[in-house]
Amino acid sequence: MLACQDLHISFDAKAVIAGISLDFPARQITAIIGPSGCGKSTLLRAFNRMHELTPGARVRGRITLAGKDIYDPKEDAVRVRRRIGMVFQKPNPFPTLSIFDNVVAGLRLSGLRNRSLLQGTAETALRDAALWDEVKDRLKGSPMSLSGGQQQRLCIARALAVGPEVLLMDEPCSALDPIATAKIEELMFRLRERLTVVIVTHNMQQAARASDRTAFLWMGELVETGDTEAIFTTPKKSMTEDYITGRFG
Amino acid sequence: MMTRNQLRRAHGRFMEAICLLATLLAVAPLAAFLWHLVAMGAGAMTADLFTQVPLPPGESGGGLKNALAGSLAVVGLATLAGIPVGIGAAIYMTEFARPRLAFLLRFACDILSGIPSIVMGLLAYQLLVRPQHHFSALSGALALAFLMLPVVVITTQEMLHLVPGNLREAGHALGIPAWRIATSISMRAAAPGVLTGALLAVSRIAGETAPMLFTAFGNPYFSLDPQAPIATLPHSIFTYAISPYDDWHRLAWGGALMLVLGILGATLLSRFILWWHQRHLHA
Repeated sequence: MLACQDLHISFDAKAVIAGISLDFPARQITAIIGPSGCGKSTLLRAFNRMHELTPGARVRGRITLAGKDIYDPKEDAVRVRRRIGMVFQKPNPFPTLSIFDNVVAGLRLSGLRNRSLLQGTAETALRDAALWDEVKDRLKGSPMSLSGGQQQRLCIARALAVGPEVLLMDEPCSALDPIATAKIEELMFRLRERLTVVIVTHNMQQAARASDRTAFLWMGELVETGDTEAIFTTPKKSMTEDYITGRFG
Repeated sequence: MMTRNQLRRAHGRFMEAICLLATLLAVAPLAAFLWHLVAMGAGAMTADLFTQVPLPPGESGGGLKNALAGSLAVVGLATLAGIPVGIGAAIYMTEFARPRLAFLLRFACDILSGIPSIVMGLLAYQLLVRPQHHFSALSGALALAFLMLPVVVITTQEMLHLVPGNLREAGHALGIPAWRIATSISMRAAAPGVLTGALLAVSRIAGETAPMLFTAFGNPYFSLDPQAPIATLPHSIFTYAISPYDDWHRLAWGGALMLVLGILGATLLSRFILWWHQRHLHA
């Protein structure tokens, strides 16, 4: 579904990702693990061209979505981002918009005006994000009155409302308690039925229990990738084993 | 003999007293002035002040209807031009311009905001009064618009800088076009602060006198014609305060009180907007 070949990313002169090739199969959850500063988030942000917002960032190599190069000069970053959604580490709902307006922000601010369509999409997205029952009576309320976990699910609903094919999640649970984390993981499993999910995580248990495939990055390079079960039970590289057992990093 | 500890405390109290004295020196003249202004201006605050035009020297009575209307018209025109242009420029500088260009533009605004108002008046004089061969409300409004522009740009930019970057990121990640992010996300979050800055810019220009001398020029009669000379409150205060007539002095005090109350109102309104917004944001 999503793939990169010989990907290099640098900021000004500093290389952050040095030649990574990875495949993210459709309808699977791939976890990207690795120590802080290894380039996980940078890699993730290159997948929906978010790094272009950082001055000095450069990408070399190929990233394809369903076989088509997303860096093709004819391809528009805005269109790419509608097909590849993103959820961030810290929940970031729009504080001045209502819960409902947050969910439909991506559609409405891209020009969609049809009311009943917006309402239908909002309900579906909130149900998909397992938030509907908790907010259906206060859709006009402020998102800031929600708990951190609810805010993060609101952000997931907001990303889903646009109808992406891939969902990138950048440490989505690092600011959440274990119960809220479990809810997000449950949600990921349901989303897997129709979406390709890529999650960056610092939490080994999360990678082990909530992903189909795992990629281990170290210093901007791919050390090992494979089925999550294999990576966590019989890693091929000693470095992977050291990292997942907590001997370094 | 004082112990080291006592000495340190005495030192602390001494410094505190000096700072208190400085504060009193700063506040006392303001309080005294306000007292004087109210004492002198309150008597002039009659219905006539708002409904009559000034009378020639020797006749008692008269008001500042022409100057009040003139100020509202000139400041209103300046605001109509200065605020949209200023906000637009700030959005461009903050949301779109490359960092180096944004830095240069901001630097230019900082310089512009330090230019004396009389120089801005001169600019408006050169651009409008000289080619047209007559003074006009329009040229006064142009001078005031030049004056408020850097203030609006700078405050708007400060407010946009306060909008967390992760909101813009969230917008980009949803595939929202950049201009919609700038207007519907960044500006929306910054709106109360921008409005406050705009109100402060309006109160700043409302009291400008120097550029009015050779642009709006003043007019003893009621006029709202943008192409004709027009009276403004600060200019009328100046004219009547330096006159030798008691009745005109009374007008000057009344006008001064009117101006100060107007600015006070704008300031209070802006504080209220900020307070209201913050209460709602955290509710």
